[in-house]
Amino acid sequence: MSLLDYFRLSKPKTASLAKERLQILVAHERSHRNQPSYLPQLQRELLEVIRKYVNVDQNAISVNFEQDENQETLELNIVLPDYQQANKGLNN
Amino acid sequence: MARIIVVTSGKGGVGKTTTSAAIAMGLAKKGHKTAVIDFDVGLRNLDLILGCERRVVYDFINVINGEASINQALIRDKNCNLLYILPASQTRDKDALTQEGVGKVLEELSKEFAYIVCDSPAGIEKGANLALYFADDAFVVTNPEISSVRDSDRMLGILSSKSRRAERNEEPIKEYLLLTRYDSDRVRSGEMLSLDDVQEILSLDLLGIIPESKSVLSASNAGIPVILDEKSEAGQAYTDVVARYLGEKRPHRFIDGKQGFLRRLFGGRK
Repeated sequence: MSLLDYFRLSKPKTASLAKERLQILVAHERSHRNQPSYLPQLQRELLEVIRKYVNVDQNAISVNFEQDENQETLELNIVLPDYQQANKGLNN
Repeated sequence: MARIIVVTSGKGGVGKTTTSAAIAMGLAKKGHKTAVIDFDVGLRNLDLILGCERRVVYDFINVINGEASINQALIRDKNCNLLYILPASQTRDKDALTQEGVGKVLEELSKEFAYIVCDSPAGIEKGANLALYFADDAFVVTNPEISSVRDSDRMLGILSSKSRRAERNEEPIKEYLLLTRYDSDRVRSGEMLSLDDVQEILSLDLLGIIPESKSVLSASNAGIPVILDEKSEAGQAYTDVVARYLGEKRPHRFIDGKQGFLRRLFGGRK
């Protein structure tokens, strides 16, 4: 390390910032890349079926696909609305 | 059978065309008959970097459409008689580039050439997809810069899923990293991602580091691939890249930059 580098230590190192941001971003994008291509359609169709019975919002359903060495997991998460609100919604 | 190399990056301006011209020339100089194809339909530039822009008569699309034979369209390089250039079309629309047409041209070139270098356009559109589709090897050109690394990672995903090798369940495209415009001074002061930083994310087989160098612009100005400038660091770095690709073991250079005693003491900048 040079003398000047020693004085530069007080400055923030932007390269490490870039690396951290990249690591998070790339991990996120890779997990999406490996998803099966039927996922968006599955999500749409599930939403249609569920809406026949419960008035859920578009954003209240999430489908996640995770893959590790041993297994693939398909996780389906539906947030049901408040019971009374849901009934009101269906009666309209 | 020729070996087909795609030079790709996703991001624009990182040095794909500079690299395509340099490695194609390097392979030819080593005695391998090499063709380099510009896939950037509508924005051809490879002819400028190789200094043959005034000799373009027919182009890639003419050949695909059967308006010219491959031999009519290929331009023999003025510096090396084993190097041939197939220029991109300047005016026609991009839909003229078809998978079937590209496949036929590559197949015909394969009979005569040892290496075919495909200079990919930026982006992930049709031209870029077709440039990589038939490839055996991919040179992923990356700058030590956040958006370039991200785009390279994206390209790796496409290389492993959208190529002919992937579709046929063959051995995947061999992916190599070329880290270009590397400024070791800025890396040392923590302003630029280092080789290790980039490799932590991409973990590819490193073909070489091309240092940021003024000679790259001078070479484009003159229309002579930078690899022919033997005095320049970039030229030497590309010579190393070609040698390593051909199986030679050479230690990596230009990671630490030049370090005189005074520079080491005071951390001077170029």
